[in-house]
Amino acid sequence: MEVIRSQKRTPTNDTVSNPKLPLYFTAPTMEVRLEEFELFAVHRLRVLKGVSDGLARGRNPKEMDETVDTLWRDHMRDPDASVMLNKDIISHFVLRLVYCRSDELKKWFLSMETALFRHRFRLENFQTQRGIVGEFGLPYKAVTGAELEGLKEKLGQVVRSLGQISPNVDAVYYKVPFEEVPDLVATRRVLIQKGYAFVAGSQLVSLVVTQFRAHLSKALILTNRKWTTTIQEREKDRLTPIVEALSTSYVGPDYSQSSEFAEITLKDIDQVAKTSFPLCMRHLFDKLRDDHHLKHGGRMQLGLFLKGVGLKLDDALAFWRAEFTKKVGSERFDKEYAYSIRHNYGKEGKRTDYTPYSCQKIISSAPGAGDHHGCPYRHFSEDNLRAALGRMGLSSRGMEDVMDKVRNKHYQLACTLTFEAVYGTSCDAGINHPNQYFEESQKILKSKTPSAPV
Amino acid sequence: MTREDDAMMDAPQINNPKPEELFNVNYLRIYYGNLFPYTDIHKWLSYGHDGKHPGCDEYYFGRREFSFTLENDVYLRYKSFKTASAMEDAIKSHFPYKIDIGAVYSVDPDKRHAYSQTGTNVFTPVERELVFDIDITDYDDVRYCCSGADVCSKCWPLMTVAIKVIHTSLTEDFGFKHILWVFSGRRGVHCWVCDPKARRMTNEQRSAVAEYFRVYKGNENNARKVALMGYSLHPFLARSYVDYLKGFFEGELQATQSIFSSREKYEKILEMISDEDIQSELREKWENSARSSLSEEAISLVRWEQLKNTLQSKKHKAPILRMCVEEIVFTFTYPRIDLEVSKQMNHLLKAPFCVHPKTGRVCVPIDPYNCDEFDPLAVPTLSQLIEEINSGGSRMDVDDDDSDGSLLGKSIKFFRSSFLEPLLKLCKEEIESSYKTKIAKSKDSFSW
Repeated sequence: MEVIRSQKRTPTNDTVSNPKLPLYFTAPTMEVRLEEFELFAVHRLRVLKGVSDGLARGRNPKEMDETVDTLWRDHMRDPDASVMLNKDIISHFVLRLVYCRSDELKKWFLSMETALFRHRFRLENFQTQRGIVGEFGLPYKAVTGAELEGLKEKLGQVVRSLGQISPNVDAVYYKVPFEEVPDLVATRRVLIQKGYAFVAGSQLVSLVVTQFRAHLSKALILTNRKWTTTIQEREKDRLTPIVEALSTSYVGPDYSQSSEFAEITLKDIDQVAKTSFPLCMRHLFDKLRDDHHLKHGGRMQLGLFLKGVGLKLDDALAFWRAEFTKKVGSERFDKEYAYSIRHNYGKEGKRTDYTPYSCQKIISSAPGAGDHHGCPYRHFSEDNLRAALGRMGLSSRGMEDVMDKVRNKHYQLACTLTFEAVYGTSCDAGINHPNQYFEESQKILKSKTPSAPV
Repeated sequence: MTREDDAMMDAPQINNPKPEELFNVNYLRIYYGNLFPYTDIHKWLSYGHDGKHPGCDEYYFGRREFSFTLENDVYLRYKSFKTASAMEDAIKSHFPYKIDIGAVYSVDPDKRHAYSQTGTNVFTPVERELVFDIDITDYDDVRYCCSGADVCSKCWPLMTVAIKVIHTSLTEDFGFKHILWVFSGRRGVHCWVCDPKARRMTNEQRSAVAEYFRVYKGNENNARKVALMGYSLHPFLARSYVDYLKGFFEGELQATQSIFSSREKYEKILEMISDEDIQSELREKWENSARSSLSEEAISLVRWEQLKNTLQSKKHKAPILRMCVEEIVFTFTYPRIDLEVSKQMNHLLKAPFCVHPKTGRVCVPIDPYNCDEFDPLAVPTLSQLIEEINSGGSRMDVDDDDSDGSLLGKSIKFFRSSFLEPLLKLCKEEIESSYKTKIAKSKDSFSW
C-alpha cells in the first residue's frame, strides 16, 4: 500500500475471488490519498466502536447481525462495489498499524475485527460461506454415509439441547479436531467424540472465525515488528502522527488512575459507599462488612474499584486488614492477603498497575459457590435483585423498568436505569464501568452541594 | 497467589494427633532423603527428552518452572533445574513444605531476567499439562457431615463421582489417554492431562475445555444453581447423568446425607423449583407427614419420589420445570471444578508425592478405574512412613522392583506402570517420528 498526496488514485484491484468479504491476507498494492488514509480509518473505527458497544450491552448473535449490518451501511457502504471493497481493505490495514502498537490495543482490535468478521460472514448466504471456507484452504471433509447415520441420534440430542424441539440434524457435518472450534466446545454446541468435534454446516462460521482470528493475531505481531523497526521512524513527519492520534481518540478511559473527583479516605468510605457505589460494589462492600471476608473474585473486583476511586495503598491495606483480621487474625492477613493487595497496586510480582474491571468483564465473570462478585443484574435471582434494588431506594415503577431490561439481558441498561432512578437525572452515555458510575454520581452530588468542603 | 487462600478457618480436629506430630521438618528431611521419587518425577516431566535420541530437546526439563513454599510461608517462584540431581539437591537443601509445578517456558525460568535484557527471547509459557483442581470445600452447601477443609468417608464419594465424570469425558470425548489423578493431601483431587496435544493447547483452548465442563453456575445470590435449558441434555451431560450422577444421588448420597430429611435441608431443594404452587404443595405434604418410624434415609427417599412424581405430572406447566429433576441432581452431584486453574498455562499446581503440611498425608496417585476403593483417610502419613523406616520394615530403596510391600511403594509402582511407562513409550515414538520427518525434509531441500 502506497500512500500518496496526489489527487489521483489508481485502483490496481487485483483478483479478489470473493467480492464482498475480504480476508485481508495481503496488503493491497495500490495508492491511497493521505486524506482517505485517515478518513477511512475513522469510518471503520466507528463500526468497531459500535460492535464493542453492542457486545457490552449483551446483545445476542441475531441482534449483533443487525447491529453490524446497520453500522456497515452507515459508515462503510458505497454504491460502487469496488470502491467499497477498497475502502474496506484500506481501512483495515490502516487500523492494523494503529492497533499493533501495544498488547492492550492489539487485544481490542483483534476481538472487534473478529466479531465484525463473524457477523458479516453470518450475513452471507451458504454458497458464499462455502466459498470463503475454500479460500481459507480448510481441509475438512464432510461426514457421510454410515458414519453420519451412526451419529444421528447423538447429533439430534445436541440440536435439542440447544433449544430446538425437533431433533432434525443438519444435512452437512464436518469432522474437525476439537481444538479448532473452541467457542463451540465451550458452549457445548457440538458433539465431541475421541478428540473430534462434529460441526454442522450452519456452524461453519466458528471454524472460519478461528482461522481468521489466528491469522490476524499473527499478522499484528508482524506489523508491530515492522512498525517499530522501520515505519515509525521513516514516517515520523507524515503517517506516524496520524496513526498515534487515531488510537487514543476512541478507546475510553481505563480508570487506572483516580480522577479529580475521586480521592477517598478511610473515614468517608462508608458514606460514599452508600451514596455513590454501583450495586455490584455496594453488595461486595456490605458483604465484606458483614462477613469480614470475600473470596478471591470479590477481593479483585472491589479492590481494584476502590483503587480506581482513589483509595491509596496504605488506606486500602488498613481497610482490608480491619475486616479480615476479625475473621482470620492479623498474622494470616499479613501472610496471605496483604500481598495480593500490594500486587493490585503494582507493588509486587510483575509490578503491573492493574486496571479496575469494566462492566463487560464483570458481566462475563462466572461467580461460583461462596462468591459475591459479578454483576447483580445478571447473576442475582429475581427476588434477590428486587430486594437489593429496594435497598437502593427504587420505587416499584422504577424497579419494573429495571427488571424489564434484565429480562432482555440488557444488564448495563438496567444499571443505567438504576442510576437515573437513584439520582433523578438522565445518564445519556450509559454505564460502561463501575468507576464511571462512581464519578458521574460524585459529579451530581457535588453539584447539588456546592458549599461542601472538597 | 494460590487459590488455597480462600479456605477459611480450619475446623478443630478432634482426637487427632497434634499437628507437629503429623508434620515437622525433621520428618520432611527423612522423607526427602529417602522416599521422594526424584527419578520418576524427572522422567515424567522430561517427556522422553532424556538425551538418548538425537531428536531430543535436552533443555526441555530445564525450562520447567518449579516453585517451593518453605517453612514460614517463604515463597520461591521460577526455580528451574537442568537435571534430576540438580532438582534433588535443591529439594534436599530447602526441604520445601510444598512443591508446585508450573509451565514449560520459552527460556530457562531461573534466567528469565538475563534473557529479558537481550529483548529477542520473550519469556512466555509454551507447554503445560491441562490440569483440573477439585476441592471438597466447594461442596459445603450440599454436604452435612463436614465443612471447610474436613473430609470423611461420607462426603468423599462426591470426589469419586467427580473423578468418574471428568475422566470418562477426557477419554471418550476429548480422546486423551495419559491422565494422572492425584490426591491433593487433604480435601480434594488434582488431574494432570499429559497427552502431547493437551500440553500444547493455547489458553483459549484450555478455557474451552474447562467451560465444556461447567454446569454449576450458582453463586450465593441465586438459589437455582444449575440451569439446564433446551429439550434434551447434551450427550456428555446425558451420559454423566445416566451412568453416574442419578445412581449416586439416589443411592449413596441419600444414604450418607439424607438430603430431604429435615425442613432445613428440603427447603434448599424446594427453592430450586421455580414454581410456587409446586413448592407449597410439597412443603405441605412434608410438614404434615407424621413423625414416622422410618429412618432418615427412608424419609428422604420417599420425599424424593414424591417430588419426582409431582414434577412429572406438572412438567408441561412451564418450560422452566422441564429439566427440574435433572437440575437438582446436577446441583448435588456434578463435579465442581475450580475452572480458573485450568484456563491459564502459567497456573501452578502442587506436585504429586508432596506431603500436605496440615494432615501429613502424601499426595498419592488415584486409580480412576478403581477410585471407589480410594480412602483419603487411609493414605500413608509422614509419621507412618518414618515409623516404617525406623522399624526396618521398608526397603529404603524404592527404585527396587520389590518395593510393593512398603506403604509408599504401592503408589510409586502404580505411578510407573499405569501412567509413566505408557506415556514415555508414546513420547519416544513421537520424538522418533518428528526426527524422521525433519531428516526427510532436509534431504528434500538438498535434492532441489
